[in-house]
Amino acid sequence: MIALKIDGKEIQARPGQTILEVAREHGIRIPTLCYLEGLSPRGSCRMCLVEVANWRGKLVPACATEVQEGMEIVTQSERLRRVRRLVLEMLFVERNHICAFCVASGHCELQDLAVELGMDHVTLPYRYPGLSMDLTHEDYGLDHNRCVLCGRCVRACSEVEGAFTWGFQGRGIETMVAPALGAPWGASDTCTSCGKCVQACPTGALFEKGASTASQVKRPEILEEVTERRPRVP
Amino acid sequence: MSPKVRLATMWFSGCSGCHMSFLDLDERLLDLAELAEVVYSPIVDPKEIPEGIDVALVEGAVNTTEQLHLLKEMRRKARILVAFGDCAITGNVASMRNPIPREEVIREVYGDDDPPGLKDGEVPALLPKALPLQAYVKVDYYIPGCPPDADRIWKFLATLIKEGRPRLEGEEIRFG
Repeated sequence: MIALKIDGKEIQARPGQTILEVAREHGIRIPTLCYLEGLSPRGSCRMCLVEVANWRGKLVPACATEVQEGMEIVTQSERLRRVRRLVLEMLFVERNHICAFCVASGHCELQDLAVELGMDHVTLPYRYPGLSMDLTHEDYGLDHNRCVLCGRCVRACSEVEGAFTWGFQGRGIETMVAPALGAPWGASDTCTSCGKCVQACPTGALFEKGASTASQVKRPEILEEVTERRPRVP
Repeated sequence: MSPKVRLATMWFSGCSGCHMSFLDLDERLLDLAELAEVVYSPIVDPKEIPEGIDVALVEGAVNTTEQLHLLKEMRRKARILVAFGDCAITGNVASMRNPIPREEVIREVYGDDDPPGLKDGEVPALLPKALPLQAYVKVDYYIPGCPPDADRIWKFLATLIKEGRPRLEGEEIRFG
C-alpha cells in the first residue's frame, strides 16, 4: 500500500491508482471534464489540476497522475480556484457556448462546471469563431461550436467500440474532432452508429437528431457499464 | 424611513425576457415599490437618463453605437451597474451574428443598396460585434440566466437594497 495525504487527511492507496481515483474513493470532489470512467485518462482539459504541496506546489492533473508514497495533495486552495476558473473561462471563450440556444442546456457538464466553480461571468474576451456543423449522419449531429476537445468521443470510439472513426484534425486552436479522413460523418465506412460518442460527449457538441433539449440527457456512465468486465487500461 | 433607492432598468439587444421576468416578481413588486423608485426604464415615462441612479439593471448585449453611448452614460450616472441576464453577460443569442461579418449580416436582411445600420443615420450603426457589457464598462454584479427567474432577481434586489453585497450562488448562477 501507498501512504499519502489528501487535504491533510492520511490515506492508504493501492499502487497504480491515480490521485483522482483515490480522492473519489474517499469522497473528495475534484472537478473533471475530459476524464470519463471506462476510458483511459488524458489529462488534457486541466480542470482536475491539484497541488502537490511537497513537490514545491507543482500542479498535476489528478486523473492522469499516479499516487506516490508520501505525496501531500491539496485539492482546494485559492490558487487552484484561480487556475480552474481561468481554464474554465478559456473553454467558454474559445468557441460559441450559447447555453440558451444549446440542446444540452440543463444537462451539460461545462455549464455544470460554471455553477460549481461560481463562474457568473467571463473576464476574457470571447473569440466567436465561425464554425460549422456536420448533420450528415442519419441519427446524430456534430456541432463544433459546442466542442471542448475533451476527446471523450475519440476514446469511446477507439477504446470501447473499436471503430476508430473519430480522431482529431488540425493543431492548436484549429483542432477539430473529425470522422476518419475528414469525410462527412454520414459517409463514414467505419462508424457503427452505436452512439457511444454521443453519450460520452459532455456538452451539446454531439447530439441525437430530432430529440428535444429536455430529452437530450446523456448517459456517459454507459462507457463504464459496457467496459466493467474488461481489464482496465493500465 | 430612509429615502427610496433610485432604480433604473435598460433594454439593449435582448428579447425583453429579463424584463418580463422582472415583472414576474408579481406581488413582490409591491414590496419593491416600498424600497425603490423606478426612475428610468422601458416601463416608465422618462426619456432621458436622470442623474443619481443607485442601481441600474441592464438587459441585452451591446449591439449598436446608440446602445454603447447609453451604456457609458448609464455607467457615469449609476452607482451600481448590474449585467442583467445572459445577453448582457455573455452576448448570448445576440452574439450569434458575431462570426459573420457585420456588412454581410446587414445586406442579407436589408438588401444591397444603401442599407441602414452600416453608418449612423436614421438608425444607429451596428457595431462590428454584439458584446457583453463588461467588454466596455465596469460591471459591479452579474445576474445570469436566460432569463434569470424572478426568485433570483428578487433575492438579488432584496439583498442589495436591504443589506448590500448580494451574492448569487449554486443554481442561481446557471447560464441558459
